[in-house]
Amino acid sequence: MVSHIREYTSVTGVAGPLMIVEDVEGVAYGEIVEIETPHGENRRGQVLEAYEGKAIVQVFEGTGGIDTKVTKVRFTGSTLKLGVSMDMLGRIFDGTGKPIDGGPEIIPEKSLDIHGEPMNPASREFPRDFIQTGISTIDGMNTLVRGQKLPIFSGSGLPHNELAAQIARQAKVLGEEEEFAVVFGAMGITYEEASFFMTDFERTGALEKVTAFLNLANDPAIERIITPRVVLTTAEYFAYEKDMHVLVILTDLTNYCEALREIAAARGEVPGRRGYPGYMYTDLATLYERAGKTVGSRGSITQMPILTMADDDITHPIPDLTGYITEGQIVLSRELHRKGIYPPVDVLPSLSRLMKGGIGKGKTREDHANVSDQLYSAYAEGRDLRDLVAVVGEEALTEKDRKYLEFADRFEKEYVTQSKDEGRDILRTLEIGWDLLSILPERDLKRIKEDYIKSYHPKYVREK
Amino acid sequence: MAEGKIVKVAGPVMKAEGMRGAMMYEVVRVGNYKLMGEIIQLEGDIATIQVYEETAGIKPGEPVISTGAQLSVELGPGILKQIYDGVQRPLEVIRKESGTFIARGIEVPSLDRNKKWEFTPLAKVGDKVEGGDFLGEVPETELITHRIMVPPDISGEVVEIAHKGSYTIDEIISKIKTEKGEEDVNMYQKWPVRIARPLKKKLDPVAPLISGQRVLDTFFPVAKGGTAAIPGPFGGGKTVTQHQLAKWCDAEIIVYVGCGERGNEMTEVLEEFPHLTDPNSGKPLMERTILIANTSNMPVAARDASVYTGITFGEYFRDMGYNVALMADSTSRWAEAMREISGRLEEMPGEEGYPAYLASRLANFYERSGRVETIGTHKREGSLTVVGAVSPPGGDFSEPVTQNTLRITKVFWALDASLADRRHFPAINWLRSYSLYLDTVRDWWEKKVDERWYEFRAKAMVLLQKESELQEIVQLVGPDALPEKERVALEGARVIREDFLQQNAFHEIDTYCSVTKQFKMLDIMLEFYDRANEAVSRGASARAIAEMSVRDGLSRLKYVEDSKVDEAIAKIRTNMKAEFEELVTRVVA
Repeated sequence: MVSHIREYTSVTGVAGPLMIVEDVEGVAYGEIVEIETPHGENRRGQVLEAYEGKAIVQVFEGTGGIDTKVTKVRFTGSTLKLGVSMDMLGRIFDGTGKPIDGGPEIIPEKSLDIHGEPMNPASREFPRDFIQTGISTIDGMNTLVRGQKLPIFSGSGLPHNELAAQIARQAKVLGEEEEFAVVFGAMGITYEEASFFMTDFERTGALEKVTAFLNLANDPAIERIITPRVVLTTAEYFAYEKDMHVLVILTDLTNYCEALREIAAARGEVPGRRGYPGYMYTDLATLYERAGKTVGSRGSITQMPILTMADDDITHPIPDLTGYITEGQIVLSRELHRKGIYPPVDVLPSLSRLMKGGIGKGKTREDHANVSDQLYSAYAEGRDLRDLVAVVGEEALTEKDRKYLEFADRFEKEYVTQSKDEGRDILRTLEIGWDLLSILPERDLKRIKEDYIKSYHPKYVREK
Repeated sequence: MAEGKIVKVAGPVMKAEGMRGAMMYEVVRVGNYKLMGEIIQLEGDIATIQVYEETAGIKPGEPVISTGAQLSVELGPGILKQIYDGVQRPLEVIRKESGTFIARGIEVPSLDRNKKWEFTPLAKVGDKVEGGDFLGEVPETELITHRIMVPPDISGEVVEIAHKGSYTIDEIISKIKTEKGEEDVNMYQKWPVRIARPLKKKLDPVAPLISGQRVLDTFFPVAKGGTAAIPGPFGGGKTVTQHQLAKWCDAEIIVYVGCGERGNEMTEVLEEFPHLTDPNSGKPLMERTILIANTSNMPVAARDASVYTGITFGEYFRDMGYNVALMADSTSRWAEAMREISGRLEEMPGEEGYPAYLASRLANFYERSGRVETIGTHKREGSLTVVGAVSPPGGDFSEPVTQNTLRITKVFWALDASLADRRHFPAINWLRSYSLYLDTVRDWWEKKVDERWYEFRAKAMVLLQKESELQEIVQLVGPDALPEKERVALEGARVIREDFLQQNAFHEIDTYCSVTKQFKMLDIMLEFYDRANEAVSRGASARAIAEMSVRDGLSRLKYVEDSKVDEAIAKIRTNMKAEFEELVTRVVA
């Protein structure tokens, strides 16, 4: 790309987040634009449509104050790049990558295009390293592995932030000491929420391993479009150039999608479901697919995006499209939360697609997959019976059914519940699982291999 | 040929002027990076182009050069075991050239030009040949012999044919005298992907495509040459089902198109398949597999190309007389790509923003499947089965892609989130799913497996249907309110559901269940139900039946190796008889 900078004052129209500039020459699609408002304020934007002699520009920091007479527009001739360096660890930036912690400017070691390039599927390495998060419902039943993208589907008022912070704090790979970093991206969350994370990182001494990008609720909405890309570019630099294992926490994807919708509406595009643009799947995929591990690189990117479901509706386009791209989901339940259970993870709709590769002999324990399957089916049965009890009363149940009811109750109280600073190791999680399964008749444990029952069932363990 | 210049760029779609003379669907090279694109609209001398690569940095004014050809693929030895992107660029080669990420404008040959293949001639000088006839063969992989065919548009007399020996695909292996003069033929041919390859005639499917998955083979079979759709919400198990089919189905060639899905899923196939052996041949599964990956972060315009590339590969191997199965995961992403491009063309949207031609495009695609008599002088049959996954938003099957797909495909495997939640896998809902090939494959089953197959299957379905009706009552009044006879039906259905329909894709034995084992399992389970019914009519209680120890034997049956199934069933049968007798005697006493 020829990178001579051209300056124009020919803004002819402003609508929502978009600005139209005419009489321009050689504008490239995706090019970054610097804008100087009549008050001397500097903003940035990006070319969304390039014509001969005309460009439609999306302005990241909002279009307020832009006029059609004196506003200066500079086409930089380059796409949006982020200067990265190892000094970014322990620092706090705004949503576009400018330091906001009062520290010095970053002297970039390298400048990277924030859009990245699609990873070649043939270069990927299938993720198989177990990450112990210390949360039983995740480790035991929806295991997270290095290089996975596993979102938390939550709702307003649920403790997703606490859970994400706890995972960031406790996550570790068994038996290994390796370079580890957290890149945190906030999109449109409140000051209080952001401060919760920062305080938590500080309290636990994790801050020096954290790079944070904060786009808060009162920052321009359009800036949110680039925040996750800046986050992931930084993560890719740490992972693929510095061989670090990076955990990326993005919150809240719902706000990101709202910003996407805002731009689509301003451009007059044909809306898809609920007004979100038809390309939202592709757009989200360009974020989520940046998680992974590659052949020949030691580092990895594990993503944990958080999104709040509108009215707890999992079929809403944002969780729906996310679920189709990510490798599973952790679903928080309002019902469990009301019962006072923390973390309120509803295991039934939760899923980790990469679990099977990360568990088992040599990784966690040979019986892990079987125990998880059995816990799932027993809990599902217990929950069904609860509904039945509501109709016919407990007296109508058989002895066996009552055991399943007891199982479901104790499962929630003993397995799901843990305190905010309790990191349970995987063996303890499995042990609790076996304790609960021993409530049920042994012959009902159909999903567990007989050898494993003999080795791990509390009854036989006691005999030994 | 035309050379124009770009006047507008907006995402993957651009307009160029000065394009008079260019054809619809012609491939063009766009801009200074020479990105690959395809003309999708012509208006005067303005062409609208969809670009198969990222367009950031492209400027109006940059050149557009037409290539004179439609989007085509190269068909010849070297396709198998490859992983291609949507426009047939080998991803392994790209990786060697550009590293972990895919660089733009990269040009790599689709087929290896330097590799020498062991060619054995099958035709002789003087033979009269037409399109589709075999000129020779090449052992492409341990499993598959690649037949070198006369290209469809050539017919005449063989005037030269290469001797047995090794040749590259560029070397001329035959000369054919046609009406228009002599034609040189080498080992590969080019074919435009949007045009179906010719065939002599379509035949009705007769044999089932056996996948070793009980719920598919026994309950909702797809025929070789047929079409099936798997719609389901996320987490429903579409991909696992597609992978299971790709692994175990008894087609000779597998084309797996990952269209707009996860990169790691393709990696999984790449890592896993070379280590799995085909139950029919004992050779590694990768030897018969072609992968096409346009993952969700790869350019959206190439989604469309990826499904057409896949089906063209399928037709090519079908022409050699093979049974081919194509899995497309997911056709919804392809439809969404159509929607996105259509939106950028500012076409009048149809339902939910999808273009009005969605239905006809889908129909066209699925209609390229079939059992056929191939072209060529010798009578030869081949088949191409197409299985498409559909990802309906919110798991709602009333949306346009699912509905339009169901109008064409003959098998519907409905994935159900509530089954998946309780880890009932495959989460195929037995009440909503259907297969229109039951009568087609009945003959095959009755001859090859057992003549009672159709009857048994129907009996099991009735039982499952009855269970669902009874469940509604149970939800209202509790199981105790049901008469014993009906409670036994619930138990009988439970056995079918848990011990037959559920299958563990990750268990070394249960992952593949042979048809004979499937039938034997169903047989003994129905026998259990019949005996239970009889016992109840003689006074036994349903509760006692539910707690019989023979149930354990039935539920472990799926994990029994094929060679030991008969023994295991005989044991169950003996125990079952004894246990039921004891039950009844206890009642009498």
